[in-house]
Amino acid sequence: MKNYKIIVIGAGPAGLAAALQASKDGIDDILVLERDKYMGGILPQCIHNGFGLEYFDQELTGPEYADKFIKDIDKNNIKVLTETMVLNINQDKIITALNKSNGVLKMKANTIILAMGCRERTRENIQIPGDRPAGILSAGTAQRYTNIEGFIPGKEVIILGSGDIGLIMARRMKLEGANVKAVLEIMPFSSGLVRNKVQCLDDFDIPLKLKHTITRIEGKKRLKRVEISKVDKDFNLVEGTQKWIDCDTLLLSVGLIPENELSKAMNLKLHPVTGGVYVNENRETELKGVYACGNVLHVHDLVDWVSEEAEIAGRSAAEYLNGNQEKRNQPIKITPEKNVTYTVPQKIEYKFKDKKFIKIFLRVEKPMENVKIVFSHNEKSILSYDKKIVMPGEMVTVNLPAALIKNDMEEIKLSIVEKVGEKNGRT
Amino acid sequence: MEEHDIICTGCPKGCRVTVTVEKDEITDIKGFECPTGKEYAINEYKNPTRILPTTVRVKEGEFPLVPVKTAKPIPKSLLLEAMKVIAEKEVIAPIKIGDTVIENILDTSVNIVATRNIEKK
Repeated sequence: MKNYKIIVIGAGPAGLAAALQASKDGIDDILVLERDKYMGGILPQCIHNGFGLEYFDQELTGPEYADKFIKDIDKNNIKVLTETMVLNINQDKIITALNKSNGVLKMKANTIILAMGCRERTRENIQIPGDRPAGILSAGTAQRYTNIEGFIPGKEVIILGSGDIGLIMARRMKLEGANVKAVLEIMPFSSGLVRNKVQCLDDFDIPLKLKHTITRIEGKKRLKRVEISKVDKDFNLVEGTQKWIDCDTLLLSVGLIPENELSKAMNLKLHPVTGGVYVNENRETELKGVYACGNVLHVHDLVDWVSEEAEIAGRSAAEYLNGNQEKRNQPIKITPEKNVTYTVPQKIEYKFKDKKFIKIFLRVEKPMENVKIVFSHNEKSILSYDKKIVMPGEMVTVNLPAALIKNDMEEIKLSIVEKVGEKNGRT
Repeated sequence: MEEHDIICTGCPKGCRVTVTVEKDEITDIKGFECPTGKEYAINEYKNPTRILPTTVRVKEGEFPLVPVKTAKPIPKSLLLEAMKVIAEKEVIAPIKIGDTVIENILDTSVNIVATRNIEKK
């Protein structure tokens, strides 16, 4: 059986950045497995601009962002097998995969980096009653048809969900000549970036209906119309607000789920909030030498953060292979408290060596203004950062300096509190 | 006197900035909470521009489309008209990222450039 020092599962932004980092750190025997025909994951179909502002300090489209990594993968002679589907990974790090030219492939790895990304929630996930006609697609599927395959999925379009993919597809369909009748959002606010709301909806007078959802679907072969209804603050339907809208296409942008079938096959436990595995600061999972990064670990809103996180995993895998890691006497748990829904990583397990700080990713429960992000130990604050505004849709990153970490610590808690005695809220 | 409401895209706050205009002159700007908001509102009132990302048909390519964008932002009011010009265009593979696909679209002196490599089939 062929052995590799590192096998990376997935050649999306996370897999590519992780493989490149490990290669830069001196590991020469890396294989990347990718089920699609091309590298880049979702990026090549995200033809809009807005990527790279954090990571490259310039504004790029998705394909341009991906190209920067793909070029380096080729330059560094990292082996990539495309159109190769990984079927199973076991706890001994033996990988079973399948492709057209090799049939079933079995190989072993010293370390594995999980970078499978996420997939979209479907109509079945959110249970909309009614007929089951053609014309109901996830927004990402419609994006692939429109931007890569060269098909426009329909002409009279309704979009459910105002996350970024929904907003981007509203503009895309409109630009390609479709009539985008409305974007519906069950929450009282759009979960997409302000910029996308302005440039994708307002620019084209596409109405955004907040606190609205779809309650029925009608159509025999092709979608004919949908029933929309208003919801109250507990998401119950408001009687008498039902309205039918004619359309031939319904795009769903209703959330993303980390794609963790392979992690489950390795018996890795999934976190109830992130839907990803548990990791330490090296992005190492509960299995030694197995790492996870990118959207398979937790859904990011910026690819720039994915690249950065994947580099941590790639660097850690190289350190592990080079025998350059030392565990702490005891791990330090990082626990989300007030107004924090989750943190990544969930614990700190290794000694810092030359690391100056650990970057913590977190999400907040609700929109808040003028807040402090507080790290505390034994109920005492050890560090806090001021933040003007936090939103559930925007991941927050904070640095925990190595100098603050003491050997006897067992748990650090993270919470978000409103600053007292200051103006709060908009005037 | 007219009032224009502009939502600032500078940060997640999305301040609603009201620009008051009299005889084509801005007389008042309200509602911004930082300098970015004020500057954004002025630009957005005087000359709103956007980058236009879309696709162009490809012959003999590994994929039937190549993604493209305007190399610089163009006036917002020209977006739909530009789409009509781009829809007429067809290019032949191979195409390299950065290649000019259409020159000087709608006399804006802005080119449409490819954003992905497309190999020959």
